[in-house]
Amino acid sequence: MSKEVLTGAQAIIRSLELLGVDTIFGLPGGAILPTYDPLMDSKKIRHILVRHEQGAGHAAEGYASASGRLGVCLATSGPGATNLVTAIADAHMDSVPLLAITGQVGSHLIGTDAFQEADIVGITMPITKHSFLVTNANDIPEVIASAVLIATTGRPGPVLVDITKDAQNQKFDFVWPPKLDLPGYKPVTKPHGKQVQAAAQMIAAAKKPIFYVGGGIIRSGASKELLELAELVGAPLITTLMARGAFPDSHKQNLGMPGMHGTVPAVIGLQRSDLLITLGARFDDRVTGDVKSFAPEAKVVHVDIDPAEIGKIRHADVPIVGDLKEVIPELTAELKKIYATKKQDISEWWKTVNTMVEKYPLGHDEPEDGKLSPQAVIKRIGEISGPEAIYAAGVGQHQMWSAQFIKYERPNAWLNSGGAGTMGYAVPAAMGAKVAQPERLVWAIDGDGCFQMTNQELVTCAINNIPIKVAVINNSSLGMVRQWQTMFYNKRYSNTDLHTGSDSLMLPDFVKLAEAYGCLGIRVEKEEEIDAAIKLAIETNDRPVVIDFIVSRDAMVWPMVAAGVSNDEVMYARDAAPVWDGRE
Amino acid sequence: MSKHVLSILVEDKPGLLTRVAGLFARRSFNIESLAVGTSEIEGLSRITAVVSVDGAPMEQVTKQINKLINVIKVVELDPEAVQRDHMLIKVKTDATTRSQVLEAVTLFRARVIDVVSDAVIIEITGDSSKCAAFIKILEPFGIKEMVQSGILAMGRGSKSITEKVSK
Repeated sequence: MSKEVLTGAQAIIRSLELLGVDTIFGLPGGAILPTYDPLMDSKKIRHILVRHEQGAGHAAEGYASASGRLGVCLATSGPGATNLVTAIADAHMDSVPLLAITGQVGSHLIGTDAFQEADIVGITMPITKHSFLVTNANDIPEVIASAVLIATTGRPGPVLVDITKDAQNQKFDFVWPPKLDLPGYKPVTKPHGKQVQAAAQMIAAAKKPIFYVGGGIIRSGASKELLELAELVGAPLITTLMARGAFPDSHKQNLGMPGMHGTVPAVIGLQRSDLLITLGARFDDRVTGDVKSFAPEAKVVHVDIDPAEIGKIRHADVPIVGDLKEVIPELTAELKKIYATKKQDISEWWKTVNTMVEKYPLGHDEPEDGKLSPQAVIKRIGEISGPEAIYAAGVGQHQMWSAQFIKYERPNAWLNSGGAGTMGYAVPAAMGAKVAQPERLVWAIDGDGCFQMTNQELVTCAINNIPIKVAVINNSSLGMVRQWQTMFYNKRYSNTDLHTGSDSLMLPDFVKLAEAYGCLGIRVEKEEEIDAAIKLAIETNDRPVVIDFIVSRDAMVWPMVAAGVSNDEVMYARDAAPVWDGRE
Repeated sequence: MSKHVLSILVEDKPGLLTRVAGLFARRSFNIESLAVGTSEIEGLSRITAVVSVDGAPMEQVTKQINKLINVIKVVELDPEAVQRDHMLIKVKTDATTRSQVLEAVTLFRARVIDVVSDAVIIEITGDSSKCAAFIKILEPFGIKEMVQSGILAMGRGSKSITEKVSK
C-alpha cells in the first residue's frame, strides 16, 4: 500500500494512471482547472483537447467501442458538463464503458445557483449506470476506482464522477489501492447450470432455430465462442445493428441484419423460426416491429448479463443471466453431449431460409438524377478498405447503408449510435477509435446533416495527428426524415432540405470547410472518381481527409418495415413485398 | 392494476431517494405510497413502496430497482405481511359533536393527541382499509387537514429481510 500527500486533483490523475487509463478527451474550465494542472505533467495519460465537450464524450465512446476498453472524458461544471449529456445518454443506450469526470463548483456554493453551477449528477441520473458527487478529497481514490469498476464490469455503461473544486484543491493522504465498498453491486457472470442444460435441450429439439445475436457479444468479447457454438448448431444467424461484426458476414450462416431495415432473410427468418437463441440482444422495437406479431411461433432462449433485459419485452422460455463469454462455452459443451446421441435435422428449415437468401439479396436501384448512388459509394469504401478497418457512422440513411453494404468480419470494426440514434456521433467517435487503434484505417461515414453537428473535431484531429477519413454522403438533406416524408407525408418535404448539394446554395462547401480545418478536401460527383478518391484518402496520412460524395437525394433505404407494424409486412423495395410461405 | 408491497434495503447515500423515485417515474411504474427510514443496520435504510402495476410485470420493477448500485435487496412482501399506515387528522368539533367524534376514536382504537375548543387532532394506525373507514366516519364532522406516513410493512414470522446482509 502506497501513501503520500497529494491534492485531490493530483489524486484524480494518479488514480486514473494506476487504473491503466492512457487517454482522456476533454476541455478545461474554471471548476476543473485544478485537475488540468497535474494532468499537464502526466507521462502516462495523453489528453486530447476537443473543441466541444460532446466531441469529448463521443470520442471516449469511439475509443471504448473500438478497443473494448474504458473511454474517459473530462469537462468543467455547468455547460461543460451538460455538453457531455448527449454522449452519456448515447453510452447508456449502447452499453459503452464510459467514465465522465466533471468539475463542480466549491461545495459551499452548491445549491446557490453559483456561476457555472449545474446539478449534473441529478441531470444524468436517468442516463448513467451510476454517478458520484465528491466533496472530500479523501473519497477520490475509492470513487474513481469504483466508477471504473462499475463502468467496465457487468453490463458496461457510463459512470459520472462530479468533483467539487475544493475537493480537487484539498491535500490529503493518498492511499492506494483503496478499499471498495459496493455491497449492492454484484453482477452475475456465471450462468445457472440447470438453465444452460434446459437451453441446450431446447436448441437440440428445435426444428427451425435461429441465432438472434446482439451487441452483448461484442461487449463481452465472445465472438470466438459464438463462432464455435453457431457452427456446432448449424442454424441460421442474424446480427443486429449493434452486433454487426460479432459474427463474420462472409459466413454462410449469417443472414445479416434484422429489423426495420434488415435483410428479408433475417426479418422473415426470425418471423418463421420456432426458437430464438437470443444472445446479448434486447428485443429493441426497431428489431421486433409490432411485438405481438414478432416471431409468433418461436420459443425464446434469452442470455443476457442484465437480468432486467430478460422478459422485459418478450417472455423468455429459458432465461439465463450471465456473461456470454462464460455462458456460451457451457452451452456448447452441453450441446456436444446431446449431439453425441442425437441431432435434429434442420435441412428443411435451411431450404426455406436459402430460398429467401437467393430471392431477396440486398440490392439497390441506380439513381435517375445522374448523381452518385450512396449505396455504391459506401460499398466501395468497404471493399477497398477491408475488414481490418474501423467504420463509424452517424445516424440516418447512410448509417443503415453502412450497416448493410459494408461487410464486417470482426467485432469492434463497426461503431454507431444504435440505441440513442445520435446525429453527430461519427466524426468524434472515429477520432476516438483512431486514438485507440492508431494502426487501423478509420472511416467516419457521415451524412451532410450529421457532419454539421460535430465536424469541429476535425481541428482536433488535424492538430493532434489523428488522420481519420470522413466520407460525407451528401444528399443535401436530412435523408432518413425525407424518406419518411416521401413515404408517409405525401412528399411534403418540411424542413429537410440542407442546401449542401451541388445544385443548391452549397452551404457550407464541405471541401472548403475541410481545408479551413487543415484537412484534405475532395469532392466526388462522378462514378469513375469514387475509387481514386477513396484510395487517395487512404494514402493521405499527414492530415485528416474529407470526401464530399454528392449523392442522389431520392435513394431510399430498403428493405423496410414501417414503424409499429408487423415484421410480416416487410417491404423489399417500394411497392414490392417479398413472397414467402406462398403468401403475398 | 395490481398492487404490490416492496421492501427495499438501500445504502444510506445522498440522492438515494431521487434514484429510486426517478426510476419509478421513467419506467412508468406507479407509486401509491413510499416510506423511508433507517433500518436496524447502521448505514442502511429501508424503503417500503406500494406499487401498482399495469402491463409491465412486477418482476420488471424489482429487476430495475435491483440494478441501482445502492440497492442491496428488494423483497416483494406477500399480502399477509403486516401493513400499517399512520395518519394525523384534524377534525372540526364543537360542544355537540365532540362526544360523537370521541366515540368514533374509541371504536377505531385511535387516539386524540391535541384538543382545542373547535378542533381535535387524532392519530390512527392501521391498515389502509381501517384508515379509510375511519376517514369516512369523520368526514361529516369536517376534516380540516390530514397527513399520512405511507405504508410500513414487514413480513410475519421470525425471518428478516436483512438476514445475510451485513455492513
